[in-house]
Amino acid sequence: MTAVAEVMDYDEVLERFDPVLGLEVHVELNTNTKMFCGCANVFGGEPNTHVCPVCLGMPGALPAVNGKAVESAMRIGLALNCEIAEWCRFARKNYFYPDMPKNFQTSQYDEPIAFNGYLDVELDDGSIFRVDIERAHMEEDTGKSLHVGGATGRIHGADYSLLDYNRAGVPLIEIVTKPLVGTGARAPEVARAYVAALRDLLRGLDVSDVRMDQGSLRCDANVSLMAKDATEFGTRTETKNVNSLRSVERAVRYEMTRHAAVLVGGGKIKQETRHFDESTATTRAGRTKETAEDYRYFPEPDLVPIAPSREWVAELKAGLPQPPWVRRKRLQEEWGLSDAELRDLVNADALDLVAATVDAGAKSDDARSWWVSYLSQQAKTLNKELAELPITPAQVARVSALVADGSLTNKLARAVVDGVLAGEGEPDAVVEARGLKVVSDDSALTAAVDEALAAQPDVAEKIRSGKVAAAGAIVGAVMKATKGSADAKRVRELIIERCS
Amino acid sequence: MPSISRDEVAHLARLARLAATDDELDLFAGQLDTILNAVAQVGEVSQQDVPPTSHAVPLTNVFREDVVRPCLTQQQALSGAPSAEEGRFRVPRILGEEQ
Repeated sequence: MTAVAEVMDYDEVLERFDPVLGLEVHVELNTNTKMFCGCANVFGGEPNTHVCPVCLGMPGALPAVNGKAVESAMRIGLALNCEIAEWCRFARKNYFYPDMPKNFQTSQYDEPIAFNGYLDVELDDGSIFRVDIERAHMEEDTGKSLHVGGATGRIHGADYSLLDYNRAGVPLIEIVTKPLVGTGARAPEVARAYVAALRDLLRGLDVSDVRMDQGSLRCDANVSLMAKDATEFGTRTETKNVNSLRSVERAVRYEMTRHAAVLVGGGKIKQETRHFDESTATTRAGRTKETAEDYRYFPEPDLVPIAPSREWVAELKAGLPQPPWVRRKRLQEEWGLSDAELRDLVNADALDLVAATVDAGAKSDDARSWWVSYLSQQAKTLNKELAELPITPAQVARVSALVADGSLTNKLARAVVDGVLAGEGEPDAVVEARGLKVVSDDSALTAAVDEALAAQPDVAEKIRSGKVAAAGAIVGAVMKATKGSADAKRVRELIIERCS
Repeated sequence: MPSISRDEVAHLARLARLAATDDELDLFAGQLDTILNAVAQVGEVSQQDVPPTSHAVPLTNVFREDVVRPCLTQQQALSGAPSAEEGRFRVPRILGEEQ
C-alpha cells in the first residue's frame, strides 16, 4: 500500500499557486443500439448477452455507424455552442487492454464532430463562469472488467480478470474543456457547477440518462498548479472514478492540496492517471499515462467520413430545446416561485416531474407540494431517485384533481398515492379498491353524526347549549366511524345543524 | 539517415506486444526502412493540392437505423473463448503488483 500523501492547507495553496483545470466528461448516449452494431444499448443485463461479432471484435466483422448517435453528438455540440465539422472521420486508437476486444477503440482523433464551444455555468453566488469547450467527439464505451483474487479486488495484484462486453460499443461522447484558468479558490466549485450544468443540458436534450451513479455520465478531472510567477502550466494529473457531483468538487480540491505539497517539498508532479476514492476523498496513482503517439491513431478504414450538410446542422440547431436555465427562469415566473423555492425544486431533482404534473392539469403549488415533500420522503424511504418512483406525473395530477374537487382529503390522497406506489394501479382504481372516497353523501354522514351524538348525549347537550367547541369530540367519533373518509369540515357543519 | 531507427522498431514491437530478438530488430529495421523509402517515392509525385487518401470510395454519411438486432447468446459469445467464468471472458492478469 502506498503511504498517505502529504497535503497543503487549502488557503496556503491559493496563496502560492493558481489552479488550472481541464475537464473531460464522457456521456453514454441513450440510443436504442450501440455505436457500430445493432446490439441493444441497455444498462446491466446478464453478462455478454448484448454482444455480437462486431462489438466482440471478431475477425471480418464490419462496423456500421448509428445515425441517431451522430445526430445526438451534433445536438450536444450545438447546445454547447460548438461549430460542427463539415467533414470528419473516425480513427482507431490502438491499445492492448482486454476491455476492448478489438485491441483498438473506435474514436475520433484530430477531426472531432464538434469543436470550439462554450458553456456558461452559474456558480452558487449567481455569478457566471464561462467554460470554453475544446471539442466533443464520438467514440465507443469499453467492456466492464471484474478483477479476481489479490488482496484488494483491484487490478493490481489480481490473479485474473473477467470481462463482460455488454457495454463495449455503447455510443459515447467525450466532451473536453479548454484549460480553465482564473478560477482561483473556486476551482472545485467551478468543476462541480460545470458538470451539473452539463448534466442538466444533456438531460434537456434527452440524449442520455446522465446517471453518474450508473456511469452514463463520467468526469475525469485534470488538475495542475502554476506558481504565482509562472508563465507556463504545471504538470497535470487526471483523476478518474469521480462518480458524483460532490466527488468532482472533492477530487479537484484534494489534488490541488496534494500537488502543492509535492511542489513545495521540492518534488515533481508525475503526469499520471489517478483514481478517486469516495470513502477517503483522496486519490491514488493508476497506470502511468501513455503518450498520445503511443496510441498510433489512424483513420478508421472501415467507416466512411461524416460530412453533415449545413441544412442538417441548421435543422438540428432550430430543434434544440430551451436551455435548462432559461426554462427554469420561465417556470419560476409562471409558477411564481422565489429563488429559494426554485432551488429546492432543482435540488430535489423535481423540476421536470413538477412541470410534467402541471402539464397533466395540476396546479403548480399542488404538484410542487406532492413531489418535494410527500413523494421525496417516499423516495428517500425506498432509497430511490424521485424519478424512479413507480408513479407518473399524470397519476399525481389525477390525485391532485380528486383533492381539488373534494373527492379526497389530503390524508386519503396520501393513501391513494401509497396504493399507486404499491402497484395497485391507477389512482381511481386504488380509490375504488381501498374504498377511499370522501363520504360526501349527506344522508350517510348525517346518520353517522346522529349515531355519534346519541352515543355521547352529554357532549350533544353541551353543543346544544352553545358550546360549539365540544363538537370536536363528535367530529372525531364520526371520522373514526367512517375510517377517515369523511370531510371533517362538512361533518362539523352537520353536527351544528343537527344540534340547533 | 534511415527512415526508421532500430529503437523505433523496438518501441513499435513493444506496443504491439511482439517479442523481437536483437537480431530480429536489426533485420526488421533494415527491411522496414526499405519499405518506407519505397512508399516515400509516392510523396515525390503527389502535389500539395492532393490530400492524403484514407478511403478509396468517395462516400460519406453512411448510417445505420437505430433499430435493435438480435445478439449472440451468452453461450455463443463465449464459445470461442479460451477460458470463461460466470458468463464472462476470463483473461490473464492485466497488471502486476502495485509499484
